[in-house]
Amino acid sequence: MIQDYLILSIILFCLGILGVITRRNVFTVFMSIELMLNAANLAFIAFSRLHESMDGHVLAMMIMAVAAAEAALALAVVILLHKHKGKLDTNVFSLLRG
Amino acid sequence: MEHTANYIGLIPLLPLVGAVVIGLMHMFTCTGKAFSEKLYGALACVGPVLSFFLALVVFFHLRDLPVDQRHLTHNVFTWFAVGDLKVDMAFLVDPLSGLYLLFVTFIGSLIHIYSIGYMAGDENFGKFFCYLNLFLGSMLILVLGSGPVVMFVGWEGVGLCSYLLISFFATDTENVLAGNKAFIVNRIGDLGFVLGMSVLFWAIGSGGFDYLSLKANTHLLTPGVGIAVCLLLFIGACGKSAQIPLYVWLPDAMAGPTPVSALIHAATMVTAGVYMVARFSFMYAHFTTAGTIVAWVGILTALLSAIYGMFQSDIKKILAYSTVSQLGYMFAGVGVAAYSAGIFHVFTHAFFKALLFLGAGSVIYALHHQQDVWQMGGLKNKMPRTYMTMLIGALALAGFPPFSGFFSKDEILFMALANGHTGIWLIGVLVAAMTAYYTFRLIFLVFHGTPRNQEAYDHAHEAPAVMTVPLIVLAAGAALAGVLNLPALFGGNMVVSTWLEPSLTEHHPHMSHGVEILAMLASVVAVVIGITIAYKKFGQGAEEPEFTGFAKLGYHKFYVDEIYNAVFVQPFKGIGSVISRFLEPNVTDSFVKFATWIYRKAGTSFKALQVGYVRVYALYMVIGLSLMSLFLSQSIN
Repeated sequence: MIQDYLILSIILFCLGILGVITRRNVFTVFMSIELMLNAANLAFIAFSRLHESMDGHVLAMMIMAVAAAEAALALAVVILLHKHKGKLDTNVFSLLRG
Repeated sequence: MEHTANYIGLIPLLPLVGAVVIGLMHMFTCTGKAFSEKLYGALACVGPVLSFFLALVVFFHLRDLPVDQRHLTHNVFTWFAVGDLKVDMAFLVDPLSGLYLLFVTFIGSLIHIYSIGYMAGDENFGKFFCYLNLFLGSMLILVLGSGPVVMFVGWEGVGLCSYLLISFFATDTENVLAGNKAFIVNRIGDLGFVLGMSVLFWAIGSGGFDYLSLKANTHLLTPGVGIAVCLLLFIGACGKSAQIPLYVWLPDAMAGPTPVSALIHAATMVTAGVYMVARFSFMYAHFTTAGTIVAWVGILTALLSAIYGMFQSDIKKILAYSTVSQLGYMFAGVGVAAYSAGIFHVFTHAFFKALLFLGAGSVIYALHHQQDVWQMGGLKNKMPRTYMTMLIGALALAGFPPFSGFFSKDEILFMALANGHTGIWLIGVLVAAMTAYYTFRLIFLVFHGTPRNQEAYDHAHEAPAVMTVPLIVLAAGAALAGVLNLPALFGGNMVVSTWLEPSLTEHHPHMSHGVEILAMLASVVAVVIGITIAYKKFGQGAEEPEFTGFAKLGYHKFYVDEIYNAVFVQPFKGIGSVISRFLEPNVTDSFVKFATWIYRKAGTSFKALQVGYVRVYALYMVIGLSLMSLFLSQSIN
């Protein structure tokens, strides 16, 4: 039973990694990161059910809260990036100096 | 009176503090408006004079102790402790260092006072007194050190000050070269000293590395090691005290200001080697072979430099060679196990040689830095005080009774004879005649006869009181110091020898008074002959002769400087240029270049990894984390 959930979690996580590494659009990269976070959430919930404890749930709730805060911040950054160069391609942002 | 020992640390500290204060004052004002010379002079004299009074307090305290308890130690702090080697910064006052302490601080103070007059108007007035104070502090550390390591600190300190002061007038290349020569030759000697100390530590150092422990453990040394240690230490003494083959630096050292020649290169520093041998008397007395070598080197140095002294024309060079010669006597004394006689000669020599140098300085000062005796003459009417004091100094140096030099030199010669070194005694008597000859040659040429340089003579004048008063004090010492060690023959009881006895390891041979009187007569006759010949040749005025044959060899110092230059200096310069032209650019540099090449290569290869794209860094992170996870899972199972 638990294996199915974990396998699904791993698949989601790997898809996230793949997205981060291969995609160049800032939004897609961002969404892939969210996917990885939620893959971790799924694993937490699954283990929580297995051990019949609330710890995993608590962590999952926390990750969701952090992810929401992070999303707000990240979107602001994306807007600034777009203002700066007029593009959302990560390859454009390859230099430390502006 | 337990607290008296606590003053001991202050004795070297006071001049050192003086040096720091004066040095800082000079440093901060050398570009702007300088402090007044009076302020510098007063500050410079405070340290030495206070040290002298403290030394008196300690000395009299020591005298009140019972004979077998006459040693005060003061442990300031533990300097370092590594394995068996534990070295304390500790000071020891016993009869030997107590006596040294007294005359070093006394003569040092006098010369500080004299220098105020001699150096007046020099732009580096402050710097001079900073060095002079530093010298006195180092000398006191050397004397007071309770073991060879602390002694070595002072030993190096005085060497440094000697170098700084010889090249004090650094605008002249010759002075700088003289300073370098002194420093390098001393360095050769110091190597011997360090090696000697190391071997000594290796052999018996685990039982403690101060004089008292070493003395107790001397019997554990095998003869070979013991003689090696003695000779290595003696090489150090040769460097510092200008003995064959390392004497060449001392005559050149006269390039420094005259008070420096008097204080450092006549009275105190150069006798450090004699002091060291006397300090280690327990070893030199135990290994008599080493002592005999020391004695022969000493007496041959005395002979050689007396020959040089007879032909020189620079007033300070004559005195410099006489210093080397007298140092030779001292080593002959300590070498034949007459340690107290050697030390007593150090003591009297400090008075009359400092006196002669300061007198010479007064003459040079009066003649506006003229040092050639062939440009002088007839000065006795112009400079009566200098003449009288220098005459006393000359009589003491020549060893004319009853001046101090007579008693000390005669004691050495008599002890050489009594201990069975007839050869040394014979050469010693010969050197006594030569000493009398060149000393009075100097006196006659400078003060008697007619002026050779009328213009210089007309401008000559007696030195100011700040310079003549030290001369008079020293003259009193030079005339009377011999009384301190009056032999039993004259109804005395050898006060100095008796006083020094607890510090030294020596035996008093018994010879009949008849032999003693004969030996004494022989040296007095030698002195009289020397003075008579000098009077015959120079007493009525003489012109500078053309040197031929042996005299020419003597005038050019047997070309020893040139030989050293050809045998040691030039080959080393050659090696140096081979290294700098071939070895360095081709061999050592290529190693260095190879190292930089490796780093540059590594840098360019890894640069390719730094592409700047975020996703590539994310990939690195994933790879890294995966490898870590893999490694962790492997190690858990």
